[in-house]
Amino acid sequence: MSFFEHYNYHLAIVLAMIGLYTMISRTNLVKKVAGLNIFQVSVFILFISLGVIEDGTVPILSPDHEVYSNPLPHVLILTAIVVGVATTAVALALVVRIREAYGTVEEDRVHEQDDAL
Amino acid sequence: MLALIVVVPMLGAAVAALLPPGRLPWLLATAVSWFMLYAAAVLAAQSMDLGVLSYWMGGWQPPIGIEYRLDPANALVALLVSLLAAVVLPYAGRSLASEVPEEKSPYLYAAVLLFLAGQMGIAVTGDAFNVFVFLEISSLATYTLIGLGRDRRALTASFSYLIMGTVGATFFLIGVGLLYAMTGTLNMADLAARIPEVAETRTVHTAFAFIVVGVCLKLALFPLHLWLPNAYTYAPSAVTALMAATATKVAIYVLIRFIYTVFGPDFAFGDMPTVYLLVPLAVVGLLSTSVVAIGQSNIKRMLAYSSVAQIGYMVLGIGMATTAGLTAALLHVFNHALMKGALFMALGCIALRFGTTQLDGFRGLGRRMPFTMAAFVVGGLSLIGVPLTVGFISKWYLVSAAIELGWWPIVAVIIVGSLLAVIYIWRVVETAYLQSADDETRCEAPLSMLVPTWVLIGATIWFGIDTRVTVGLAERAAAMLTGAAP
Repeated sequence: MSFFEHYNYHLAIVLAMIGLYTMISRTNLVKKVAGLNIFQVSVFILFISLGVIEDGTVPILSPDHEVYSNPLPHVLILTAIVVGVATTAVALALVVRIREAYGTVEEDRVHEQDDAL
Repeated sequence: MLALIVVVPMLGAAVAALLPPGRLPWLLATAVSWFMLYAAAVLAAQSMDLGVLSYWMGGWQPPIGIEYRLDPANALVALLVSLLAAVVLPYAGRSLASEVPEEKSPYLYAAVLLFLAGQMGIAVTGDAFNVFVFLEISSLATYTLIGLGRDRRALTASFSYLIMGTVGATFFLIGVGLLYAMTGTLNMADLAARIPEVAETRTVHTAFAFIVVGVCLKLALFPLHLWLPNAYTYAPSAVTALMAATATKVAIYVLIRFIYTVFGPDFAFGDMPTVYLLVPLAVVGLLSTSVVAIGQSNIKRMLAYSSVAQIGYMVLGIGMATTAGLTAALLHVFNHALMKGALFMALGCIALRFGTTQLDGFRGLGRRMPFTMAAFVVGGLSLIGVPLTVGFISKWYLVSAAIELGWWPIVAVIIVGSLLAVIYIWRVVETAYLQSADDETRCEAPLSMLVPTWVLIGATIWFGIDTRVTVGLAERAAAMLTGAAP
């Protein structure tokens, strides 16, 4: 097995690291949410590419095809996407409230204001 | 019944969100929580008789369909979640009304019910992916609930919990995905049967690592606990009581379930260095966070750090990898939920009267709020592990399990941890009883909050003396999980 045969997994790992790094290194809360999204999407790609079968087609029964992709990971990820959207919505709603309460979305400024109390 | 226990709170949440603001959503939530307690009690009794209960979602046979599965281990967790919910919700009516604006009450109780549905779902499901979904349902509800705190720092606390919690849940999801890639199944019993064939592959090792780290983030094992103190401190009092008593406990259950049932102790403790990971972290965590707790001036934050320390005891029990250790861990899950729930509820009574939980505000409280402070003292004694309280029972089992293994340093650590608890509880007792306040008028909390608090305190004493039910369930569950008995 060559290095490039598993390029889907490498892609997922690279995306996951970009997401994690963004979450850790950025102080802007919106960018943190974006990092979280990239991280989650990398996992979705991991799952979806698991279901691929060589020469397989869309998993809808038809007389012309015999090999189908595995539909279960797709279904799981459909659920996970919904969860991800809900998480993002809650996160952004919190960011809006933080902006109302502190007047900024920069994490270090928020901490400065808290410490000043 | 097994499905209803999850479906009823979930539907209740939708109905609660549609009700007009006021007392109605609270009444509905309370009624639902009592139904859950009734259902959990019936199910626990059945599982004691029959061993394992199974319900097939939509009539599809597992492993194709999703299975809800109840054995003594989840019966204990289901009983715990519903019991705490049924006690905290009557209390929450008055407490939350004073801390959250009334027009938000329908959504508030909808979030509480969703949280309960998620917790209960994790407890009864027999499907690995389902655990992830329920974990996220309950977590999303918690983020909202923490964000409702009065202090604006509640928002940042909730945000950082959201980031860390989602990373934890996604790690868990990666682990489940890798397991699916290797075994082609998501049903826990089926996974357990198929993992040994592929246990020697790096994929399964990685999956195990991702799942353990992800769940440890959720259960706030030191050093992954950073989200917990702020979240507990700034959340509304009743929410803290409910979360402290159930959320981390259910995460502990997930860890136990995956280590013992899905991967099996042979793999988790034989092939993987789980013991060398969990035990040192638990020991460092329980000592360091106890020391940090001593230095806190906000009592709510002090109890939050103490929660991280207590989680150390539970993980220690899991890390011992013996039936006795696991029994102690399960017992401590149940007992700690009772006492921490009661302690946070007593704090909620104080917050209702004074609007603060700073140590300075405790001066003379022993005379001003005698019943609340008495509850706090009994809960504190239980936290220390004084005989006749539940804290003593679980620490006794933990120490015996450590002695059985000949781990004398661990025995010393448990005792030092208890002594540190004496210090931080004593600070509060000393301020409340021995220092006098300027104003000595009585201002006891209302009965609607005192009675639920004392119900839990009563339970800590009752289960501290009569241990047949809890020890019986915990021993059966531990024996089943370690494979010592069918």
